[in-house]
Amino acid sequence: MDTINLKIDNKPVVVKKGTTILEAASGIGIDIPTLCHMKLDDMNIENKPGGCRICVVEVNGRRNLAPACCTEANDGMEINTHTMRVINARRTVMELILSDHPFDCLICAKSGNCELQDMAHKLGIREIRYQGEQSTYREDTSPAIIRDVDKCIMCRRCETMCNEVQTVGVLSAINRGFQSVVSPAFEMNLDHSVCTYCGQCVAVCPTGALTEVDETGKVVRALSDPTKTVIVQTAPAVRAALGEEFGMEAGTLVTGKLVAALRRLGFDHVFDTDFAADLTIMEEGTELLSRLGRFLEGDKDVKLPILTSCCPAWVKFFEHQFPEMKDIPSTARSPQQMFGSIAKSYFADKLGVKREDMVVVSIMPCVAKKYECSRDEFKTNGNPDVDLVLTTRELASLIKLSNIDFKSLPNEDFDHPLGESTGAGVIFGTTGGVIEAAVRTAYEIHTKKDLPRLDFDELRGMEGIREATIDFNGLPIKIGIAHGLGNARKLLEDIQAGKSEFHAIEIMSCPGGCIGGGGQPYHHGNAEILRKRQMALYREDKNKTIRKSHKNPYILKLYEEFLGKPMSEKAHHLLHTEYFDRT
Amino acid sequence: MTDYKMHLLICGGTGCKASESDVIKERLIQLIEDLNLDEEVQVVSTGCFGFCEKGPIVKVLPDNTFYTQVTPHDVLEIVEEHVVKGRPVKRLLYTDPKTEKHVSDSKGMEFYKKQIRIALKNCGFINPENIEEYIARDGYQALGKCLTELSRDEVIKEIKDSGLRGRGGGGFPTGLKWEITKNVENDQKYVVCNADEGDPGAFMDRSILEGDPHAVLEAMAICGYCIGADTGLVYIRAEYPLAIQRLKVAIKQAEEYGLIGNDIMGTGFNFRVELRYGAGAFVCGEETALIHSMEGLRGEPTFKPPFPSVSGYMGKPTNVNNVETFANVPVIINKGAKWFSSIGTEKSKGTKVFALAGKINNVGLIEVPMGTTLREVIYDIGGGIKGGKEFKSVQTGGPSGGCLTKKHLDIPIDYDNLIAAGSMMGSGGMIVMDEDDCMVSIAKFYLDFTLEESCGKCTPCRVGNKRLHEILDKITDGKGEMEDIEKLKELSVVIKDTALCGLGQTSPNPVLSTIANFEDEYLAHVQAGKCPAGQCKSLLRYDILEDLCTGCTLCFRNCPVGAITGERRQPHYIDQSLCIKCGACYEKCKFNAITLT
Amino acid sequence: MTKIKSLADLRKLKDEVQSKIKLRENSDNPDHVVQIKVGMATCGIASGAKETMNSFIEELEQEAIDAVVSQTGCMGFCYAEPTVEVTLPNKEPVLFGHVHKEKVREIIDVYIKRGELIDGIIPINFKTIDD
Repeated sequence: MDTINLKIDNKPVVVKKGTTILEAASGIGIDIPTLCHMKLDDMNIENKPGGCRICVVEVNGRRNLAPACCTEANDGMEINTHTMRVINARRTVMELILSDHPFDCLICAKSGNCELQDMAHKLGIREIRYQGEQSTYREDTSPAIIRDVDKCIMCRRCETMCNEVQTVGVLSAINRGFQSVVSPAFEMNLDHSVCTYCGQCVAVCPTGALTEVDETGKVVRALSDPTKTVIVQTAPAVRAALGEEFGMEAGTLVTGKLVAALRRLGFDHVFDTDFAADLTIMEEGTELLSRLGRFLEGDKDVKLPILTSCCPAWVKFFEHQFPEMKDIPSTARSPQQMFGSIAKSYFADKLGVKREDMVVVSIMPCVAKKYECSRDEFKTNGNPDVDLVLTTRELASLIKLSNIDFKSLPNEDFDHPLGESTGAGVIFGTTGGVIEAAVRTAYEIHTKKDLPRLDFDELRGMEGIREATIDFNGLPIKIGIAHGLGNARKLLEDIQAGKSEFHAIEIMSCPGGCIGGGGQPYHHGNAEILRKRQMALYREDKNKTIRKSHKNPYILKLYEEFLGKPMSEKAHHLLHTEYFDRT
Repeated sequence: MTDYKMHLLICGGTGCKASESDVIKERLIQLIEDLNLDEEVQVVSTGCFGFCEKGPIVKVLPDNTFYTQVTPHDVLEIVEEHVVKGRPVKRLLYTDPKTEKHVSDSKGMEFYKKQIRIALKNCGFINPENIEEYIARDGYQALGKCLTELSRDEVIKEIKDSGLRGRGGGGFPTGLKWEITKNVENDQKYVVCNADEGDPGAFMDRSILEGDPHAVLEAMAICGYCIGADTGLVYIRAEYPLAIQRLKVAIKQAEEYGLIGNDIMGTGFNFRVELRYGAGAFVCGEETALIHSMEGLRGEPTFKPPFPSVSGYMGKPTNVNNVETFANVPVIINKGAKWFSSIGTEKSKGTKVFALAGKINNVGLIEVPMGTTLREVIYDIGGGIKGGKEFKSVQTGGPSGGCLTKKHLDIPIDYDNLIAAGSMMGSGGMIVMDEDDCMVSIAKFYLDFTLEESCGKCTPCRVGNKRLHEILDKITDGKGEMEDIEKLKELSVVIKDTALCGLGQTSPNPVLSTIANFEDEYLAHVQAGKCPAGQCKSLLRYDILEDLCTGCTLCFRNCPVGAITGERRQPHYIDQSLCIKCGACYEKCKFNAITLT
Repeated sequence: MTKIKSLADLRKLKDEVQSKIKLRENSDNPDHVVQIKVGMATCGIASGAKETMNSFIEELEQEAIDAVVSQTGCMGFCYAEPTVEVTLPNKEPVLFGHVHKEKVREIIDVYIKRGELIDGIIPINFKTIDD
């Protein structure tokens, strides 16, 4: 029998075999509180260790309470979700969790956004009757992520993301009993481990145990320093999500308001990372065609497929895990770094400002970008190309504390010359966007014909691994796309085994691409939010007049005035990079 | 070669080994050889005899002389007097404490009279490292019978009819578990033997594995035949090196003889056995944690269902049974379910092995039919309380069980009766306590253990047990308050109701049962700041009575922390803030001038 | 070491090795078998009790009679050595004197197998502190 009949709170429910009590209840609108449980439907990601014991319910005939998130519904079950026995149990369990948790709410990065705080409030906890020793660990700071694991409640979400989704394998439970906590092996520092800083652990942590390094203070100090010229760039994924922090619906495009806000915060010049994205396409597209050309002519040394390299977590991933393949990815830097490089050379010259007096701030959906800008190869004489990175979340709190009424801001435009971008640059923020942008340019340069269509639906979507063949006027180009490092690993293993038939592969570390980045507003497991953000970017692309990177007039001017042509020596020096074996 | 005329059996269990039974054996062999008696006298190392209090044990056959507390120095006398001249060495015989007479044959000992040794039938009888001795005692006949004469369903029916229930503590009907696992369709299944015996003070499984490993191997093969598995895994704790060694020898010999491995006894049935080692985690005795440990994952329990019978090791149907459960299987097949079910009570058939420990005279390993009362175990078999003190309580089921009191002494031991009395059978540990044991400290002792062994996955066990422990600490430290007792009860109930696995679900049992049965002790600690049993050091107080003190300075000179002051020939005085309650002064004073309250 | 290729093989092996521990089996349940105690004190040994004991063991094995043959200390009847005490299942022990090899045969054939008394029985008419 494939359907199950049961009763929840005296209401009859019919569900398919294999449904959990939690799902069955939610199907009829009964909300059972959960804490450690997390499900991202589309991406086949579920974390249900059954450890927090908040979701316990009464089941007729069962001696003890059952955890709703991992107990399967059986035919004839009678369940009560909110009896006093259950409520007493939930409150006692919450008291126990809180008794081993620092009372840092007032200064904690997650205050106001913390699932533990919300649950304690929901359960009406007013006193903690069982007080005692608290488990303590040392705080671990890295360039991008802070681990304050005194606050860890052992929900294991980060472990699930790191091991099963990202397959990086840095975080797991260590020690036993009261001293158990989630940590890198041997409690080593994150920056000594193979952590890629993808930030997915930060994105899912329900408490303040895992947060990003907060650079708001540094940005405020830079902005208040009259001797500094502070310029800002914002990534495409930010404009599709920032509105959520101000109560707007997911997927609302807030580009204009974003620019206005940044201006009011006091940035001297407000630029667009999408401009640099177009630049990346110029360089990477040329590199793709060059490699492809040599390959088709029979050059045995040339390496295919070419892999995109704009995601710093993905770069660190293959430097640790597949170092023997470090000459396969494109040598092009990421848009953030290309921007910084150009800003502190081309633009600084134009302004007549020394690079040491220019502060480049980037607003990113990503925590790995904080690590990326600290890499030594992206500095000149010790001065970094990009100085500070704020996540979408950090920017939102900065806007709020500056008393800017975001929702009523007018729409404003980016400054020039580094603020103009095409539709191709915008879609960088979603999975499939980078390669679609590259295809638009590569096609026209290679075939010297106009593209019959600009929307490549076959490259779009949410499945973890996608593939498509694009006809370059008779030359079939096979494209592979992966998002989530676990999926990336599969494609890499194919390349390692010599089985890969792709010419080009786009890889993004975060589920959904940058829109699902570790620095974005918390989605708390709602995959619908990610889909809406993705749609927003495709909408902006469609509404742009220029949708191909090589048609961006400011990009063309940059090459004419400064760089010469793509892959020129100057372009090489400023816009390309190398990779390192980190084993 | 003529058969030996005399057998000397020496206990080779871990307990006696620790008391040099190996040296005794070596010396016996040497001496027998020197006297050219090695063709007539056989020296054999066997498994545990059970009477550990009186070890090392040496048994002389055919006259059944049972020597106790033998030392290597006694070897010469045993050989010269008994072996050569036929005169038993009287001073090494067991003396019955009641009649004060020697008892030469173990059958005459109160310790053994009420025991029926089924799981332990070969322990203390055969050399576990010689498979032929096991074969001589009907070894592997049961397996042969199952493979050639009985169908899988017939064997399962026999086990079901016998009424055998899981001896690891769960008490789940074994035959039913085998049937469920058999009925899950899969081309790969596993038989797992849970040898991770973790209860403090329990050594039933260890003795069976050390003394009769083949019984377990044979049973696993029979189980494999029934459920359709070709691989058996023994998960054994690394802290049992002797048992591991005996198992390795047994597996090797069984494979050489074609009784384990491919094409067993020419029937075409394949069954191989591998060992897997634990790494010091009590929680890995829980079947899902055990399976995850074998898979190379962190040894944490996961929720059931799915049960291992359906999805266990590597996601395949897996039948997990305890060592003692398996040890009963060959006997059931050989002697029949009817015979087995004639022993025991209505719902608990057969016998149970108990590790009797604590404040009891006859400490050791016993096997009694279900239905034997606690009184019989403690007073008849156990020989009563050591030092003639007053019985207070007996803990069954280890850290998962509860404390039973005088009013429970006449309960017939079986699974359901013990649960109804607020405890449980557990794996068979039985710790006896007397008037000098503080029940609050006992509860704290068990919680020390479960706190240390909790895996940390679920909140109630990870944090809840810690908080229970802290409250008990407070109470035994003399700082407890009345509401602490209420808190203990409330928190214990919620922990039991919400914990993920058996460890957390039962860890509050010692707390709840001691509060229920010994509330007066808790109240004494909390209200009066006193420990009635005199065990909680913080609540003890040593004082010097001025009028009796002669100022001899003996106490002052023996105090390790300098808490006593006083002049020669003047009354001395103890500074309570420095006193660590070691009791040295109390022991040394010749004038009874120091009081202990 | 023999590889067992069938259940019949196993049974055969069992029969072969069973004698090795028969001593222990029988000692455990002596009431079901014939118990023979041979006095092996100094006078006994001097009178040839060792041969007597070996004779009993061999002959009983040949006759396939289940028995426990053990040696014991001086039973006091030094004039009649070698002395042998024979206890049949469920019967009182009977003491025989001057048991040389020939007498062994007689005791087995007449007393043990047929239960008939023969000459040479020594009546026990003293008590020990154990009685």
